[in-house]
Amino acid sequence: MRSKSTQPPVATVLSRTLRSLMLASAFGVAGAALAAPVKVGLALDISGPFAALGAEARAGFALGIKQLGGKLGGQPVEFVQADMAGSPDQAKQLVDRMIQRDKIDLFSGPIGSNIALAVGPTLFAAKVPYLSSNAGPSQFAGAQCNAYFFGTAYQNDQFHEAAGKFAQDRGFKKMVMIAPNYPAGKDALGGAKRQFKGQVADELYTKLGQIDYAAELAQIRAAKPDSIYFFLPGAMGINFIKQFVGAGLSKDITLVTSGFSADEDVIGAVGEPMLGLFNTSHWAHDLDNAANKAFVDAFKKEYNGRYPSVYAAQAYDVILAMDAAVKQAGGNAQNREAVIAALKKANYASTRGSFKYANNHYPIENFYLRVIGKDAQGKITNKTVSTLLTNYGDTYSDKCPMK
Amino acid sequence: MKARFVLPLVLLVALAAFPLVAPLFGMEFYIGFVRRVLIMALAAASLNFILGFGGMVALGHAGFIGVGAYTVVAFADAGVMSAWVLWPMAALVAGLVAALIGTVALRTRGVYFIMTTLAFAQMLYFIAVSLRKYGGDDGYTLPARPELGLGIDLANESTFYWVVLVLVALALGWMHRATRSRFGHALMGIRDNETRMRALGYAVFRIQLVAFAIAGAVAGLAGALLAGGNGFISPGAMHWTQSATLVVMVVIGGLGRSWGGPVGAAVWLLLEEVLKQYSEYWHLPLGLLLIAVALWAPKGLAALSRKKKAVAA
Amino acid sequence: MTGILFLEQLLNGLGFGLMLFLLAAGLTLVFGIMDVLNLAHGSLFMSGAYVAAQAHQQSGSFVAAIALAVLVTVVVAALLEVLLMRQLYKRDHLAQVLATFGVILVADDIVKMIWGPSPVMAPTPAALSGPIEIIDGLPYPAYRLVILGAGVLVALALYLLVNHTRVGMRVRAGASDRPMAELMGVHVGRIFNGVFLLGAALAALAGALMGPIVAVQVGMGEQILIPALVVLVIGGIGSVRGAFVAALLVGLVDTIGRAFLPMLLRATLPPATAADLGPLFAEVAMYALMVVVLIFRPSGLFSARA
Repeated sequence: MRSKSTQPPVATVLSRTLRSLMLASAFGVAGAALAAPVKVGLALDISGPFAALGAEARAGFALGIKQLGGKLGGQPVEFVQADMAGSPDQAKQLVDRMIQRDKIDLFSGPIGSNIALAVGPTLFAAKVPYLSSNAGPSQFAGAQCNAYFFGTAYQNDQFHEAAGKFAQDRGFKKMVMIAPNYPAGKDALGGAKRQFKGQVADELYTKLGQIDYAAELAQIRAAKPDSIYFFLPGAMGINFIKQFVGAGLSKDITLVTSGFSADEDVIGAVGEPMLGLFNTSHWAHDLDNAANKAFVDAFKKEYNGRYPSVYAAQAYDVILAMDAAVKQAGGNAQNREAVIAALKKANYASTRGSFKYANNHYPIENFYLRVIGKDAQGKITNKTVSTLLTNYGDTYSDKCPMK
Repeated sequence: MKARFVLPLVLLVALAAFPLVAPLFGMEFYIGFVRRVLIMALAAASLNFILGFGGMVALGHAGFIGVGAYTVVAFADAGVMSAWVLWPMAALVAGLVAALIGTVALRTRGVYFIMTTLAFAQMLYFIAVSLRKYGGDDGYTLPARPELGLGIDLANESTFYWVVLVLVALALGWMHRATRSRFGHALMGIRDNETRMRALGYAVFRIQLVAFAIAGAVAGLAGALLAGGNGFISPGAMHWTQSATLVVMVVIGGLGRSWGGPVGAAVWLLLEEVLKQYSEYWHLPLGLLLIAVALWAPKGLAALSRKKKAVAA
Repeated sequence: MTGILFLEQLLNGLGFGLMLFLLAAGLTLVFGIMDVLNLAHGSLFMSGAYVAAQAHQQSGSFVAAIALAVLVTVVVAALLEVLLMRQLYKRDHLAQVLATFGVILVADDIVKMIWGPSPVMAPTPAALSGPIEIIDGLPYPAYRLVILGAGVLVALALYLLVNHTRVGMRVRAGASDRPMAELMGVHVGRIFNGVFLLGAALAALAGALMGPIVAVQVGMGEQILIPALVVLVIGGIGSVRGAFVAALLVGLVDTIGRAFLPMLLRATLPPATAADLGPLFAEVAMYALMVVVLIFRPSGLFSARA
């Protein structure tokens, strides 16, 4: 504590403070004339139940960021990345921090729909556009749709409606359905049931992140279905498929799934037992359009020759969408109205080919049937078989009041 | 003015001034942080009431925080947003639950008491996880801040902060008075020598139960403020590691010292925040600190500086 | 519900119970003899799981992986014992909770530093990936049979050790009345070191075996610790027999809650709700069981303490 004799007189202190305040505001004004760096918040699944999928998404984000030289729309960008461990609690705290302390202009990252639902309201209230690199909860598709949310990837139910249609067309009669007990899981089985008209012998909900399926497999054995529809993304699916085979059930029961449990991450871990598995997706690495070819080639070069998964493709798309939107908003990411309008137009070259949103900011896109086989080099991967649904929207868009 | 009032008063003024000063340094985000520290200080103080002053090693206190928070959720879900209902009800329900749990748990002693309080807290945790209506594992987002009326807008960060500050200060003051009362002295007596107190004719079980219920109620209030402030609550707030963290805060701050709870909460949360800036491996130094405190300062940091009073260990 | 289903779920519950037994056995002896509440026991479990997963991936031999996991964990446990646990014997439970909670935090970060924050895939050994038809119509996964077998063998070995050897006799003496045992010439301190290391080895074995069927990730120790403590309390502090009975009970209750109850509930409730209530019952029942046991037998079912 300084003694009275060394303290400067009050007047000097006041004038010094005033001077520094004036300088600061002068810089502030000058600073606004130069574009402030765009701040993008990415809340990632580095640990937690979706860690492996989060790693895929990170690969996609990183490739997009690298290709654009760390810029969006020509503006310098600061990416604020952090782990929220797949926990809605931590994600909420992280997003609060990103909004209040880091003052982000755009947001993306979470894999899980439960996270999206937890952090969405805060982002919308703060007028920060949230582009989803994966989650597509039905809650944001209908009555609770919001101008600041963009389901850039897909709406959850779509994947499963496509798969349900496939199962129906294939003639399966008795199916057991299994999914984790969280928003996307419920969307999944709801969607599948909408299109599959056969008998649903059992509807099993498991714990998110569950690895041990002994109880459920015993149940399935007792129910004697001809098919199983499962939505178990990431490690959950890997373990389920392995244990399914390990329990001797693959002899009599066919697995049907959405692309989430049949993509590169699962194939890499399970391998041969997956040959012949049919699955549905809105994207495949052999989709025939220029943007996708360039993306797949760049990805293979960057990541040791491995194919990208749907999560990587979606994350990459988000970066492209952000880039186009900032450019079309005149480089000013703080002008949220302009950014929203630009995002809505979706005027960029997506890896899925032509891309447009419905009124509720969820995509209208094609869904393809894929099957797991071997490529020319003998690597096990997905092959697109046919288009199941063309320009398919979602079931909730008419409940959304937005135009 | 007595000397021992000066420090708390200065602290109160400084805390009250914080929301006004913070924007000057671009630290608006930290208003919410200090608010959370205040709330956890309250929770830790309520645990100190039974742990430090009562000698009851309860490893399930976060459960009562959760009860308070989910009471707010239940009312908010039903459309009631008045703070005048939410906060007292949170404290009431939490206090009742604590009383119920206490009637069973307080029949045990030692490690069995620890395990029983832990078990009940885990039951509360799993009940919260199974409540799909209130989000279950994914948590519940509150539609808005509670309403206080009287022209006070709790959606304003600074206003909410001041309301929290007032409530916490009042609650801490009240608990401090309680420890100095006859009841408080009886409680401490039971902590030091239960057999003697029983022989002297004190209703040991009843005193401990009342203390346990009070602690639960105050923790419930803290939970209500926590949920209201964050706008979000999930069962994770009731996980047993949170209860363990509360015990840690109390021990670090000073068992049985009036300031033990707040000091411990502040130290722990500040350290966590600072360490997080430097490294993602911030658990490690905190863990080492705990080991150090357990080995060399088991009565907490507050006890290190003060001269030891003649209190039995 | 068919007999096959019943049997299969029963076997699952048994497997889980036996793994809990491996954890609780060490914990109960440590607590019984030295009165030390070691929350870091779960971290030893985690260490076993991680080392086994890594070793299995790199060597391809599951047996070698288990052996290495046990070895490494025992070494770590020895260090822990010398550096910390020795100081905690004379302390009260609160200090022990504090210090061992600190160890959990340190261990979590060390594991994160070495293996990263993402969960590690622990593959089942290829030879055991298929089913074995134990009775007609029940191809039970071979790996789970191995877990059951290992659990039963260890239980048998512990039983023989504790009840039919001199060392075991000294352990029981130390657990039942320590001062008396010391007066009778038992080197309780040295016995304890051995028991602590044995407990660590069992925890590591449980971790290595369970790796392929649980998520090998930071924090897995904390998850399994609470059920292990509950088993400890129900069974009675210091009693291996108690830990065995309690672990099987808990495994049974868990299976009833997770498997049988949702089946029954699905008849009347929507499947998502049934899926919520099942695990809730399993957990609450486990804790309720503990509370009920404590009310009627305040020291647990088979407490070794006089």
